[in-house]
Formats: sequence, C-alpha cells, structure tokens
Amino acid sequence: MAEYTLRLRRYDPESGDGAYWEEHTVELEPHRSVLEAILQAKARFDGSIGIRCSCRAAICGSCGVRINGRPDLACHTHLDKAEKHSKDGVIEVEPMGNMPVIKDLIVDMEAVHWKKIRRVTPWLIAKQPVPEREYIVPRETMVDVTQSMACIQCGACVSDCLAMEVDPEFVGPAALAKAYRFVGDPRDSQTRERLTDLAEDPHGIYDCTHCFMCIDACPKDVAPMNQIMRLRRRANSDFDIEDSNNGERHEQAFVSLVHTYGLLNEAELLPRSYGGDSPLAKFKPSAQKELASSLPAIAKALLRRKVTPAAVFKPHRLPKADLKQIDRIYKEVEGHDERVELNLYISGYDED
Amino acid sequence: MKVAYWPGCVSRGFTPELHGSMARIAPLLDIELVALDRASCCGAGVIAEHNQELADTLNARTFALAQQAEGTAMMMNICSTCQGAQSECQQRLDANAEYRAHVNTTLAAEGLSYEKGLANKNFLWLLVEEFGLDELRSRVTRPLTNLRVGPFYGCYIVRPQERLQIDDDQPRDTYLDLVIEALGGTVIDYAGSHKCCGFPIITMNKEASLAQAGRHLGDAVDAAADCLVTPCPLCHLNLDLQQPLAEKVVGRRLDMPVLHLPQLVGLALGVAPGELGLGRHVVKPTAVIDWTTAVVAGVGAPPSGG
Repeated sequence: MAEYTLRLRRYDPESGDGAYWEEHTVELEPHRSVLEAILQAKARFDGSIGIRCSCRAAICGSCGVRINGRPDLACHTHLDKAEKHSKDGVIEVEPMGNMPVIKDLIVDMEAVHWKKIRRVTPWLIAKQPVPEREYIVPRETMVDVTQSMACIQCGACVSDCLAMEVDPEFVGPAALAKAYRFVGDPRDSQTRERLTDLAEDPHGIYDCTHCFMCIDACPKDVAPMNQIMRLRRRANSDFDIEDSNNGERHEQAFVSLVHTYGLLNEAELLPRSYGGDSPLAKFKPSAQKELASSLPAIAKALLRRKVTPAAVFKPHRLPKADLKQIDRIYKEVEGHDERVELNLYISGYDED
Repeated sequence: MKVAYWPGCVSRGFTPELHGSMARIAPLLDIELVALDRASCCGAGVIAEHNQELADTLNARTFALAQQAEGTAMMMNICSTCQGAQSECQQRLDANAEYRAHVNTTLAAEGLSYEKGLANKNFLWLLVEEFGLDELRSRVTRPLTNLRVGPFYGCYIVRPQERLQIDDDQPRDTYLDLVIEALGGTVIDYAGSHKCCGFPIITMNKEASLAQAGRHLGDAVDAAADCLVTPCPLCHLNLDLQQPLAEKVVGRRLDMPVLHLPQLVGLALGVAPGELGLGRHVVKPTAVIDWTTAVVAGVGAPPSGG
C-alpha cells in the first residue's frame, strides 16, 4: 500500500459558486487506477464527488478525464505513473475540455460529442439491392476501417482538440473518425455524398489543424487525425471534390508547386489556394480579395526585408538535374494503378 | 560536429532570417553545415495527405542524400514541421523492409537508396542531446538575464510522442525550456506553449487560424513574457507575420516579439542582433533588444535576486 494525494477540480453549476480544487489522500497499491483512487475518496471522505464510470476495464469509455493536464481514461491510468507525471507529486484530475461541465468530473457528452457523432450520419446506408444473406466483402477493405472501429466514444480526443478550442462548430476528431468508418466501408452507397458534405462544411475535414493532439489523446490508438487525412485523400484524389473552403485547391497547389520548383514557393501558394492551381490564379477575384486583405502583413514584411521581392518574383528552386529526378518520382508514383499506403496500426513493425 | 543540413523551404523563403541566423551561429557551436541543396520540400504533411507514397519517396530521397554526405554524423533540420513530416515518412520506411525496398526501387534510377536508421534531429534536439546544455552554458557570453521568454514548440516537434520518441528518458517536449534556462533566461509558463499556431488552416479557415495565434500570443502577454521563441518557421509566420491580423481577430493589442531558436542562442553567444536578422521581423523585438547599445534586455522584468 502507498499513499497518493489527488487534487480534484470540483464544480457544481447549481450551487452558484465557482469551481475550486480539493485534495484527498488515499491508500492504494501503485498499480491501481486513478479511478479507484477517486472512488475511494468518494467512499471515505465525500460522497458528493461526481465521476462517471462503469466497466473499470478501459472498454466502456465512461471515465474520460484530464489527468495532470492530459486526457485519458481514469481506469486506464496507474497511480504510480500518474504521480510521476504530476508537477508537484499531487495527481491533478479535471473534467475533460471543450465540453460543458455537469458536475465535478462529469461533462455533458450529449451537448458536444454525441451531437457531432450524429452530424456524420453514423450508420450504413446500404448499396441496393441488399443481398438476401450476408454481405461478402474482401478482407482487406474491412481491415482498412478497423482502426476507426476501435473507438470507444470516450471523448478524450474531443477534450483536447485545438481546432475545437477556437471553433466549437468543428465537426471534430471523434465524429470524423466515425465518418471514415463508413466512407471506407465498401457496402456503403453514399461515399461521394458523405465526402462532399464534409468537404463543403466550413467546419468539416478542412478545419483540422493537423496538431496531432487527438492521436496522443486516444487510449485506443484510433489516430483520428490520420482518419481525417484519409477522408481528405479520398475527397481529393478519388472524387476530385472541389470545395468552397480552399481545401482541395490548397492541396493541389502545394503538390504541384513542389513538383515544379522542388521546394515550396510560398508566394504562389496563397493565391493558388484561393484561385486554383495556375500561375494566373493571382488575377482571379477570389485570390485578389485575399491578397488585398493580407496587404498590411505583406507590406510590413516587404518593408522589413523579411520577404524580399526576389523571394516573390524569382523564387528558390532546385537545380535542373534534381528537378528532373523529382519529376520522374512524381510521374512514377502517381502512375501506379493503385495508391500504395502503409497503415502501421494494421501492418505493425518488422521484428528486428 | 559535421551534419547533413536540411534548412527547409520557408527558412530560405519567407523567413530568411532563420537560415541566416543558423548559418551565423553554427561555427560558434562547432557545427559544420553540409547543406542538402539538392533535397526537395518535405511536403509538410500536405503531400502525404495527397499521396503517402509520394511523400515517403521524396523524403527517402532526402534521407539517401544525407547518408551520402561524407563525414556527417547525422542529418539536422531547423524546422519543426520538417522534423514532424520527415519523421512520419521515416517511421513507415523504417518499420517495413518490403515497403522500404519498394520505395528504394523508385530511387534506384539515380543510384540512390535509403538505409534504415538515419538520425534526423532538429537543431533543438541536437543542441540538448549532442552538444549538451553544460557546453552551451559555458559558451554563453551575454546571458539573457531577466529576459522572460515563452517557449512555443509547434505541434510537429512534440506530437505524436511515440513517433518522436518522447518519453521520461528523452523529454524532448521540455527541451526549449531547458535551452532558455541554459542561456540565462527566465522560462515563462503559459497556456499556449505546446499548442497549435493555426498556420495549417490559414487558407481554409482564416478566422480560426488567427484566433489560435492571437489566443496564444495573448496568453503570453498575460504571463508577462518579453518574447516567444520557436523552432518552427511556420509558427513564426502565423505568430509574427500575421500578428497584426491576429490582433484584429482577438480584439486586443499584442505586440509580442517572436524569435527563431538560433536567434535566441545567437544573442546569448554575443552575436549582434542585426547579424541575426532581428530587424527583419514584423513585430520589432524592441522588448528584447536595446538597439542603441545592442544589448539584450528584459524590459519590465523584476531585478535579479528580487
């Protein structure tokens, strides 16, 4: 047995008082979980501590909280590890972020998480005619979606999503991973419609800032951000869905500029993201409007010689011989009949 | 130490002061830079989003060029985003011999081949793990005493932890703090240090992108930081170049100077601010530098020992 001190964030909106911290010291073995420590504090010292839990075995997804500032399942975090990662030897437990607090460590999953899950039509819309008996699908096509199927809906990724922090309307990592579960399912009949919907939504797949928070947050290795990137890849490369959020144009422009110059030509990336992948993009009204609104920043950067006219009009590029190699790589890889993708979640690592 | 040096695109494009300051301080740290001037853009995650194999092949080419650079101990980059995007590709290439062979087949036409296990470290990692903090401390000629510095890591160099091999034995997500301390500065703890600058969505959702930049800058202002320091030029674009626009989105004056990591190191090593390109920022680092005497000064910081 060892002693562990918890610092719990307490809050009861009905009381009218603000949130406050409360410390309790419990006795448990080091390999016991933070959840057990919270439940002991609740049983021994204060029955009013609010915590949601059920299976205590990391499969029901009920006890998502923030431990020492990071989201995790309370039942899936050992006390010795939690103490080691605390800033002052006290294990700090807070409710998850990006969702309103109902009481203490319990957040309103319905108000945010479940609403967003429903937003992506989380069920199969079967191709017609539906077979009389079971669907027969190739093994590899279902293996592809198993990673998103591993989600237990705990909300840990939603809690720390940095895009949602500034844009609460963002569909978010959990719901978009769920969307990929059906986009990648060969039995579904609405692949294009699903992708178009999420590409056109200003808070859809192109609102993800690529911050990797959800990858580290997920206790089940769903890697929601990777699923969002796969949604983008399908929308762009398979369905050529041109969206009004510049998502497709930005990607096309980036890929094509690196093809042409070998390096990124930033001065061209901005106008082409708005006006399309052409050197004439900067003369299109959509690009001109954007350039005009960025004028104060551009002017100051030119004034301070941060950005030089040479960087704009004579951008850096690789030597000719290397550009030829880059061109060959582009043509060879993009010329393959099927895209080659390696998902380490499924393929694993070589044993050596 | 001789390294195969990958400066990246933005450090030679829209933040030329980053590549310039790195080149300026390298000799002071006994780092010999062998520039990989034939290597291509890392793809910044966008090429991988378009076609994973294309990104992996382009970066395998860069890695192969680095392995050919004679006498070099490892590859070094100065951009968090390059670090993250290249680590992602390298993780796949190193994990699977069959896939690596497939990618190498594409490279074979030019006699290039990537062998598993290249060390590719951001300047920040190299500084702590290879050069050493004690050695760095001993070279400081102008300690950043009383300068209150907020670290801004950038996402790609701190997450995902497993890929970047960040753990208790190798706490790479604290290195910027350690370097600021070693240079004699005061580390400012604020909410945004490990968050996203918003740059990746600047063309897709400008409002949200600038709200992110503005929020973190504002948190640093509230924590009374004199400046921020970042190992990522893309973060620098959103935090410095776009700061006037971010101010409008968050509705407050920010005026927060943002330094590139080599600039901060250079100041402590006694290099003149002008030589580090500190006059090229959109937000003038006047809180950091007294231009009349060219000494580093923390403005408004409490006296030492007080």
